Amino acid sequence: MSSSGPPHGGSLFSGHQLLGTNPVYLVIGILVMVALGAVAEIAPLFYLKTTLEAVHGMRPYTPLELAGRNIYVREGCASCHSQMIRALRAEVERYGHSSLAAESMYDHPLQWGSKRNGPDLARVGGEHTDAWHVAHLTNPRSVAPQSIMPSYAFLMTTPLDARELVANIQTNRQVGVPYTNDMVANAMADLRAQVNPDSPEAAALLKRYPKAVVRKFNRMAADITEGDALVAYLQMLGTLVDFNLYDDKADLH
Amino acid sequence: MQIDSRPKSFRGGEIGLVAVLALLCIFVAAQTIESAYAFPMGFGALVAAAAIFATFQRFNGRAAERPPLEIGGLPNYNFAPVKVAILFALFWGLAGMAVGVIIAFELVFPGLNIAPWFNFGRLQPLHTSAAIFGFGGDVLLATSFYVVQRTCRARLAGDLAPWFVVLGYNVFILIAGAGYLLGITERKEYAEPERYADLGLTMVWVVYLLVFLGTMFRRKEPHIFVANWFYLAFILTIAMLHVGATLAVPVSIFWSKSYVLWSYVQDAMFQGWDGHNAVGIFLTAGFLGVIYYFAPKRAERPIYSYRLSIIHFWSLIFASIWTGPRSLHFTALPGWTQTLAITFSIMLWMASWAGMINALLTLSGAWDKLRTDPVLRMLVVSVAFYGMSTFEDAAMSIRSVASLARYTGWTDGAVHSGALGWIAFASFGAIYCLIPWLWNKRELYSLRLVSWHFWIATLGIVLYITSMWVAGILQGLMWRGYAPQGALQYSFIETVAAMHPFYLIRAIGGALFLIAYCLMLYNVAMTITVSEQAAPAAQPTLQPAE
Repeated sequence: MSSSGPPHGGSLFSGHQLLGTNPVYLVIGILVMVALGAVAEIAPLFYLKTTLEAVHGMRPYTPLELAGRNIYVREGCASCHSQMIRALRAEVERYGHSSLAAESMYDHPLQWGSKRNGPDLARVGGEHTDAWHVAHLTNPRSVAPQSIMPSYAFLMTTPLDARELVANIQTNRQVGVPYTNDMVANAMADLRAQVNPDSPEAAALLKRYPKAVVRKFNRMAADITEGDALVAYLQMLGTLVDFNLYDDKADLH
Repeated sequence: MQIDSRPKSFRGGEIGLVAVLALLCIFVAAQTIESAYAFPMGFGALVAAAAIFATFQRFNGRAAERPPLEIGGLPNYNFAPVKVAILFALFWGLAGMAVGVIIAFELVFPGLNIAPWFNFGRLQPLHTSAAIFGFGGDVLLATSFYVVQRTCRARLAGDLAPWFVVLGYNVFILIAGAGYLLGITERKEYAEPERYADLGLTMVWVVYLLVFLGTMFRRKEPHIFVANWFYLAFILTIAMLHVGATLAVPVSIFWSKSYVLWSYVQDAMFQGWDGHNAVGIFLTAGFLGVIYYFAPKRAERPIYSYRLSIIHFWSLIFASIWTGPRSLHFTALPGWTQTLAITFSIMLWMASWAGMINALLTLSGAWDKLRTDPVLRMLVVSVAFYGMSTFEDAAMSIRSVASLARYTGWTDGAVHSGALGWIAFASFGAIYCLIPWLWNKRELYSLRLVSWHFWIATLGIVLYITSMWVAGILQGLMWRGYAPQGALQYSFIETVAAMHPFYLIRAIGGALFLIAYCLMLYNVAMTITVSEQAAPAAQPTLQPAE
């Protein structure tokens, strides 16, 4: 109780008088204290070479995949599904090679997630057939009876709203995703080509976006639905980097 | 006291801003090609129009001069915005907790999901935003505006500015929260609102800082009371985090979507940084301000040690910022940031316990009040939970613990022992103190109901956190379980099925907490409407500034 008031005398604490009696000094003191940690941890990430490793195989999302990713974001899939395989034996055996930073280099924002009510999806691409995905999204318990996932049947019947797709791609370019002029100009054609493997444009799409999966993903509807976009995104997740060629030791110099 | 002899005229802030906002919202709402986006814009226009109307009404009713700063030598406090913020807090608390209970039951009975608006993925951010930013944020607005006036013995700065802060903040939460249900989200954890809502919050926050600082500059006491340091640090740091984490480029002004400026490790870092400090600063620094004012006030004891307050404050805000990457162990984020985060998490634990000890020892000589005053009991138990959850956070930042606990229900348990035990109890304690003071009542309608609230809520917390500890450890162990032959033993779906009973216990715990909260709502409503008026002398005495 005796020490409850501001102390006087020549200790370190009496110097605090300056901060404790002047709001301006207090504001400056607080800003300096909180900025130190922020600057020290964030600034190096913008220039450290080992952090900004470029990995062969990474490419921007195709227009259909980008639309699918936006649906993934909109529905809050990251509430229950992470996209980050940690460098732990059990995770690598369950899900595949641990996630590389570069695999989220075109993600604005990334969807690493913080909770796994469902499994990690970082390498779900190619794990299941399109039909499985459509059935699972429509009624998760039809393929996994103990699943607690909500039904997303409405995605399979909702036509994809592509009115602002080109603007979306241009905005991605503004924030640093290397979409070429060619990609922007052909965005709408590429969107249609990806669900139309027999069309002449499909080859051009594959040239612009190597390894893109070109199929009619949702066979329940003739048009391009939100389900097509989401399944296209899920089917490419984690498939871009070829880990037979990737050198794990390259970082460890 | 200033005497303004000019004829009655509009003051600068009275219509300008809202008029511009109204026009902008109407313009965008009319042009938007996306139906979901029309709702927040239309609502924004409606609110702005109502604000213009209310300002004119107020203009007609008010005197030509500004309200006096002092009446008869005593500060002429402005408590009306505080009252409104408390009522908003009570509303958001109900909404946030009710949504929390619904999504907890959705994980037990997936049939409860109603697509698309009420699916788990869309409701979950509404729960966190309504609880943290709605309930927690409004409690912080209300208590900071109350405490800064009382401890500075000065009237709140600004005329319309405090109203703009309180109403603008709540419009932001409503627009952001409704947006999630409509599918408008950036889906950055704890920073979900899209860019247009973020811009609104930025405006509100700048005015909030100005009102708070302006009031401090009016103070009559030389010393700035400890609680105000914490509030100030919370306001400044949230401003920095908010701007850093939400920089984004919109697709078009007529389309809600925007793309965050960062990707890659930078975005991970910003996300970890913001996600952690939304908790570390918003929910800790701010609520320590609450504890540093309300606990000594209710116990009628001075704060135990001024020096410990100084150590607590500076070490807390310094160490807190560094701990962002601690939830990203073994991920693609560089290892050195993870190591730094562990180091500072341990240091933060020390800093936090300095504060816990300071707050608990404030009760020296008044421990008997814990038996008789359930409001003080809530405040003190909240400090105990603060100590417990800061220890748990430090433990979970260790790599070997994180490798097991991360992504499991243990995270839910740890977050909620802090959110329910520490934040919510501190808020309840402050609200129970404030309601009779603000509405000038002799005492609360019923202290017995406060006691019931305390015990039912505590039971709910215990069910919640114990079930989630067991669930988290069980799930973590199942994910890494190997069969004797050397293959993984459990498929993922088996680990989901194993969670069923624990998720049910968790949902019941949450429901108990919600029921107890409703007792508080009833108690508050009865206090405001039925309780006896306080005699003028029974007003709380002025808090001597530390």
